[in-house]
Amino acid sequence: MSAPARTARPARTGALVQAALLTGRQARQGMRIPVFMVMNLLQPMIWLLLFGQLFRSVIEIPGFAGGADVTYLEYLTPGVVMMTAMGGAAWAGTTFVQDMERGVMDRFLASPTSRGALLAATMAWYALLACAQALVVVGVAWLGGARFPGGWAGVAVMLVAVALLSCLFAALSGAVALLTRQQEALIGVSQLLTIPLMFLSSAVMDPSLAPDWIAGVARFNPFDWAVVVARDALQGFADPAAVWGHLALLAAAVTLMGALATSAFQAYRRSL
Amino acid sequence: MSTTCQGPAIDVAGLTKTYRTGRGAPDVRALDGLDLTAAPGSVLGLLGPNGAGKSTTVRILATLSAPDGGTARVAGHDVAREAAAVRRAIGYVAQRPVTDPMGTGRENLVLAGRLQGLGPRAARSRADELLRRFGVADAADRLVKTWSGGMARKLDVAVGLVHRPRVLFLDEPTTGLDPEARAAMWAEIERMASGDGMTILLTTHYLDEADRLADQVVIVDGGRVVTSGSPDALKDGLRGDGVTVELDAAHGADLAARAAAGVPGVVDVAVDGRTLRARADQGATALPALLTALDAAGLAVRAAGLSRPTLDDVYLARTGRSLAEANRAGAREETAEAAA
Ligand SMILES: Nc1ncnc2c1ncn2[C@@H]1O[C@H](COP(=O)(O)OP(=O)(O)O)[C@@H](O)[C@H]1O
Ligand SMILES: [Mg+2]
Repeated sequence: MSAPARTARPARTGALVQAALLTGRQARQGMRIPVFMVMNLLQPMIWLLLFGQLFRSVIEIPGFAGGADVTYLEYLTPGVVMMTAMGGAAWAGTTFVQDMERGVMDRFLASPTSRGALLAATMAWYALLACAQALVVVGVAWLGGARFPGGWAGVAVMLVAVALLSCLFAALSGAVALLTRQQEALIGVSQLLTIPLMFLSSAVMDPSLAPDWIAGVARFNPFDWAVVVARDALQGFADPAAVWGHLALLAAAVTLMGALATSAFQAYRRSL
Repeated sequence: MSTTCQGPAIDVAGLTKTYRTGRGAPDVRALDGLDLTAAPGSVLGLLGPNGAGKSTTVRILATLSAPDGGTARVAGHDVAREAAAVRRAIGYVAQRPVTDPMGTGRENLVLAGRLQGLGPRAARSRADELLRRFGVADAADRLVKTWSGGMARKLDVAVGLVHRPRVLFLDEPTTGLDPEARAAMWAEIERMASGDGMTILLTTHYLDEADRLADQVVIVDGGRVVTSGSPDALKDGLRGDGVTVELDAAHGADLAARAAAGVPGVVDVAVDGRTLRARADQGATALPALLTALDAAGLAVRAAGLSRPTLDDVYLARTGRSLAEANRAGAREETAEAAA
């Protein structure tokens, strides 16, 4: 290291570039674990097959939303897309836990790296992963005979909802990781939170056929918001107000959770 | 930039920090009014046993953790009020590994450089330069999880250096390394320190490491400074000679310590296993007397000698226990805490 070199203070790297660089790191990490990638593609297939077989005939129950012109596979597809997105993002905090176990997180926090960029990278990687999974699920459903009148526009809007839902749960998972520093706590997020949210929604079953309180809870369930958006978009935008309204709700939830998770870095620092 | 370098590179006064552990466990006073300064371009060795508060100090200086009291300035900036400026001036190598095991060595370096503000090309060439300099270029494109401990620790230090920081914190850079890897790391740190006016704060619980690398040594114990100065000044501050006696068997330790303490002119007696260490104003007269006393106590001696004081002796004289003993006590506390 020569003396003159020190006179050049490095320029600053903006938070957006930092987020992109860190997203690249997450992607490399993910792709280096083939099992992770294979599991991520198998999981939605299992959901499709399992629920598709199990609930094949619920569509015939009188009063089932969608009625005669929608097959159960078509009804189920947006549900499986969102189950995959939420289930994956619930583990997003794993990277933070690993980085905290080593000194990687401390190194980032003692450098000019923006906390927002650290969080955004995790959200972005899980959103990208979930979008890829969503396309595979829709493709497989299509091969299985499902048809989506919403066309490419419907798919595009579905992907926006997938990205927002992933970001929401990645931020939540990241916040839990920063607050607890324990992988076990993430199991809690995944088991105690996401599974009930799946069943308190219209993902696999029309809630109007379930007890009233379930439909009531579903209205406040961000997971259900995403399912509603995707289903309506794929079915051809029968209720545009519901689509945009729920997307706005999801975006607001992401903003709120992102802010909470960013401030969780502060809590982590206080524990040092 | 030169304007901020005029004062001390590191300036710490009255730092206190208490960890509230909760769950009925007593609070831990990790720092109890710690002071230290480091001149620009110098190597400051923070020497102390496990649990002395070394890592806590470094975390505060690296803006990771907030002190309860006291002030700390790094590269001219206050760590609490100007954290962003401090972060741009420092490199931080934690006690734990700071690299990503699922990335290659090169990826780790390039990412660190980019996050620190280097452009894509500058980050790549800097990574190449450091990989060569630290002798790990052959492994550059392998995942770090496959690297040996010594190589991975070198990469940690390289990552801390990637942006040419003005102040570099190295928290126990050689702990856990085999002697060969430690020697290589020492050579590297010496090269960095002499090269380019960078200030290095190095923590260690190895006396020989502080002796060899540090311009100034600050001995800490229980969150306080026990003594400080250059290694030579610290040793010169001790009157007399070091006396070392190698006992034939370790089981006579207590007896040996009692016998030695009774010899006139012999002070600061400590027995560590088979090794008895003490100091004597007149080594040449004290040593025969000491050997006679041990013989009278029925203890066989394998070897004996006089030496110029070492940092070991400084530590012993100032704290009343040998550093090895203090480290074992610290390690026991840590395991007890972990078990609790
Ligand atoms: N995050 C923490 N929570 C509670 N106690 C801590 C924490 N970090 C360190 N300590 C305690 O503070 C003391 C000083 O620790 P540390 O600074 O790590 O010492 P050193 O680095 O010199 O071994 C020890 O008693 C240690 O157990
Ligand atoms: Mg330490």
